[in-house]
Amino acid sequence: MEEETHTDAKIRAENGTGSSPRGPGCSLRHFACEQNLLSRPDGSASFLQGDTSVLAGVYGPAEVKVSKEIFNKATLEVILRPKIGLPGVAEKSRERLIRNTCEAVVLGTLHPRTSITVVLQVVSDAGSLLACCLNAACMALVDAGVPMRALFCGVACALDSDGTLVLDPTSKQEKEARAVLTFALDSVERKLLMSSTKGLYSDTEQCLAAAQAASQHVFRFYRESLQRRYSKS
Amino acid sequence: MAEPASVAAESLAGSRARAARTVLGQVVLPGEELLLPEQEDAEGPGGAVERPLSLNARACSRVRVVCGPGLRRCGDRLLVTKCGRLRHKEPGSGSGGGVYWVDSQQKRYVPVKGDHVIGIVTAKSGDIFKVDVGGSEPASLSYLSFEGATKRNRPNVGDLIYGQFVVANKDMEPEMVCIDSCGRANGMGVIGQDGLLFKVTLGLIRKLLAPDCEIIQEVGKLYPLEIVFGMNGRIWVKAKTIQQTLILANILEACEHMTSDQRKQIFSRLAES
Repeated sequence: MEEETHTDAKIRAENGTGSSPRGPGCSLRHFACEQNLLSRPDGSASFLQGDTSVLAGVYGPAEVKVSKEIFNKATLEVILRPKIGLPGVAEKSRERLIRNTCEAVVLGTLHPRTSITVVLQVVSDAGSLLACCLNAACMALVDAGVPMRALFCGVACALDSDGTLVLDPTSKQEKEARAVLTFALDSVERKLLMSSTKGLYSDTEQCLAAAQAASQHVFRFYRESLQRRYSKS
Repeated sequence: MAEPASVAAESLAGSRARAARTVLGQVVLPGEELLLPEQEDAEGPGGAVERPLSLNARACSRVRVVCGPGLRRCGDRLLVTKCGRLRHKEPGSGSGGGVYWVDSQQKRYVPVKGDHVIGIVTAKSGDIFKVDVGGSEPASLSYLSFEGATKRNRPNVGDLIYGQFVVANKDMEPEMVCIDSCGRANGMGVIGQDGLLFKVTLGLIRKLLAPDCEIIQEVGKLYPLEIVFGMNGRIWVKAKTIQQTLILANILEACEHMTSDQRKQIFSRLAES
């Protein structure tokens, strides 16, 4: 008896603005997403942005240790494992950023005294890692059926020395940039949920506006991907 | 700047509330707001339309709509909290706007009052059993909530129990019983020896328990079997031989991903052999 191991096909989405050579301007790399690919977690997703790939698994709402339980909402935990080596301080800092974003969006009050755990594994890192982790976490939470008040996405942008903005930078562009900014935006009104910035920059407004425009493409991709998944049943 | 204007104009459906009626059967995403039938008349196409304030009682006539799984009330609209297809059921009789809910695919069970589930007894403490039902905490089952409960006939640790929840909300530990409100077992209690317990998704259980499901009828024609479905995603199956039991378990697990033609093919192949 053959059994299907993957219930969902890979979805390949169009680039943000359509043009393939990435010149200065707003264009995102190729996206791909696959859901429900792991059998043990309650929800799982793999998100690909260009060559950056992150695998996410969500367990919850599950049992929580008495020392960690919160009486009126769910305890959200994020674990981020790098591709090689032991997790260090940078991973801890990213875990905290992702956790704050998820806590703003997940309806934890519906499941008090439970724990929701998001485990992220970096499969390959080619720039915009935090943004890719946020996207994978969102898709995995949706796959697990955790109640949320909105979807969220991560968009990274880099400002190089002559002030041009590049969205979804590769690792080479990140190294040469003067500043790298990552934003987490919600799907209802494109509000800012989290921002993580590094470097010298003066104009946040311009970067935020570009990120908000790019997030539309990410949310459209989410919608197509989820519609494709539910159309099979 | 052209950028903010284009962001405002090209609004994804999630940023604007849609009438629930027009979205039935479609995939909805968390964060979308849905308008109930009587509100969409009030909100004209432009949004803010001035209407004279009517003083008669007719203006306040509200239809009572039940908000099912995946939806929450948000002001006077419905907020979608899970991804899935939006469904609606008309009220059987009397007033009311019916029930709206989101059909989502999930693996994790959350206890709901009245659900019949299969649990595994994990511990005895005081005069209750602790039963693992697959939720966030073990449910408690009293020694006395079986038909004909005596000191002798009690389940042991490791037994399978089929029961229903009498208390199941987010703030309290779930409690289950194996008798109905009249004191009779009604099919509940300890599940017998042998057989195989396996786990499937919650959506598959709902599909198999739907009134017009042909899968169970076809399976029944193949081999004589005993089968118990728990709403927590667990199925217990027992046939005459171990091989038949395993074949049935594999068929039910694979049902989720097969189309009905593939299923009929497999059944006909098995019926021949």
